Amino acid sequence: MSVDTAARPETRTERASGPSAASKRKGTLRQRIWRERWTYTFIVPGALFFLVFAYVPMLGNIVAFQQYSPFRGFTGSPFVGFANFTVLLEDPAVLQALENTLVIAVLQLVFAFPAPIALALLLNSLLSERIKRLVQTVVYLPYFLSWVIVISVWQQVLGGGGLVAGLLDGWGVSGFDAMTNADTFKLLVVAQNIWKDCGWGTIIFFAAIAGIPNDRYEAAAIDGASGWQRTWHITLPALVPVATLLLILNIGSILTVGFEQLLLQQPMVGAEAAEVLDTFVYFRGVLGGQWGVATAAGLLKGVIGTILVLSANKIAKRLGGEGIY
Amino acid sequence: MTALAQQRRQGAPWLSPPSPWIRAVKAVVIGLIVITMLYPLVYVIAMSFAAPSQARAGVVFPTEFSLDAYRAIFNGGTVTQGLQNSLFITLTGTLLSLTATSMLAWGLARTRQVPGAKFVLVMILATMFFSAGIIPNFMLVKYLGLLDSTWSLIIPGLISAFNMIVIRNFFQGLPEELIEAARIDGAGEWRIFLQIVLPLSKPVLAVMGLFYAVGYWNTYFNALLYINDSEKWPIQVVLQQYVLAGVQIPGAVVSPDQPPPPGVTLQMAVIVLATVPILVVYPFLQRYFTSGVLTGAVKG
Repeated sequence: MSVDTAARPETRTERASGPSAASKRKGTLRQRIWRERWTYTFIVPGALFFLVFAYVPMLGNIVAFQQYSPFRGFTGSPFVGFANFTVLLEDPAVLQALENTLVIAVLQLVFAFPAPIALALLLNSLLSERIKRLVQTVVYLPYFLSWVIVISVWQQVLGGGGLVAGLLDGWGVSGFDAMTNADTFKLLVVAQNIWKDCGWGTIIFFAAIAGIPNDRYEAAAIDGASGWQRTWHITLPALVPVATLLLILNIGSILTVGFEQLLLQQPMVGAEAAEVLDTFVYFRGVLGGQWGVATAAGLLKGVIGTILVLSANKIAKRLGGEGIY
Repeated sequence: MTALAQQRRQGAPWLSPPSPWIRAVKAVVIGLIVITMLYPLVYVIAMSFAAPSQARAGVVFPTEFSLDAYRAIFNGGTVTQGLQNSLFITLTGTLLSLTATSMLAWGLARTRQVPGAKFVLVMILATMFFSAGIIPNFMLVKYLGLLDSTWSLIIPGLISAFNMIVIRNFFQGLPEELIEAARIDGAGEWRIFLQIVLPLSKPVLAVMGLFYAVGYWNTYFNALLYINDSEKWPIQVVLQQYVLAGVQIPGAVVSPDQPPPPGVTLQMAVIVLATVPILVVYPFLQRYFTSGVLTGAVKG
């Protein structure tokens, strides 16, 4: 923090003329902008980045209203109005993808959503701080692994020719393969989710538990409340606000279910059980070349998704939560 | 959070240990959870070192070991190439992301004084609620001529709005007098940023850097979308090809006069190689789990 001596006299006089913070806010807009000219060297590159990579692509959605072909481009492709959307809504594959998306999302809400709460309560009830730390180390880890790794590992354990299949083979049961079974696939997806993210999900609940004042437990204990009663009447209610917020946000993103997770497994399981909206867009558009229809599907999903997230956030705020913006 | 919990434990004479029954049930449940989380990973690592005679389904833990799978993979070249690509993407990407994110965060830290900063901030926050979709993003990357370039895996995701907000929050929590004093003494924005703000922000930069690094290392879908040339694939795509799609690893032999190692151990070894860097940085990440930095990051 060495300072140019030449700059000093100037700043002295400035300081003498009044508190600098107040004087800084004065002046015309042009003066204020000029005063902060160096700050803009920090802002402009980042702002341009978001403009180009978040806002400009929105223009690409124009393809949803075109019979787009990559050779003709945006300008050469004919406009077809809402024809792509009509095609979309009459396509049984879209309905199938929508149904799969919603079923998986609901299963997630039922099984994967409460899992971190249960795990946080269980870990919190451990008396040994060391064991707790150790278990946390283990359960947080899968969160950092990519979906490719997670599914590869599951494939080696539960897939055909994997560990479990081999063990069952030895006991006379052949043909076990949990990874390609279309009937149980949606449950498998939820199980993978719990395996990967449940541990990490406990962090936010631990934060809520840490905010509970100690004397509440003490008072309850003195009044004769058992460990169970303390958990039920003190810890659990303290988790409700966070849980409500997360639940509402989850409902808001109900049209998005683990994209990479499903993309990786869709070819193994088949479209009927494993196609969701996002994978539909990818397979139909990027691989299938139906750019217009796939973009229309993506746009529709994006618009409905944004509306859901925004209204979910509104509801969260109305319920007394903080919301996320 | 743990300090409080610890205090609760130590300073809580009213907390009697639960009955042996409950403790036993808890121990079993926790044991099962730990095994479920850990055993699949241990199994994959162990099997990647298994001798050919042990490399079959149904072996719970191999007893004879061999390094042939790794030798063969490093002879083959494609996996090594993938690891190199991923390493480049991760190192370059993390450095650029951290630079760009912290610069923007500092620029937007004083929204009240800087005309227009508030607008830019809102514009950036809004991007957290929508996304243009897969195909428009693909078209942009194509239009920019980034298809089949490693940069397509770095530039489109250079700044995460969420990480920017976390860093900005941290910057705003820095002692204001210090920065104001430097400003009065005539230090410019860049000087304040480089000599005061960044050195004071090492913890948050470390966490965000590790998160960026994990994200870059795990890049899969963008590579699938943007990169056709298998020479430029990151390790995740290589892994998907050889393990999930069942493609043979070309040239994966230990030596010409020896039969190649069994496919299973080769696959396991590729999984391990793709996982090792995460396992290496994990202890560093873990330092922040308890320090509260991360809790703040998760809560936003």
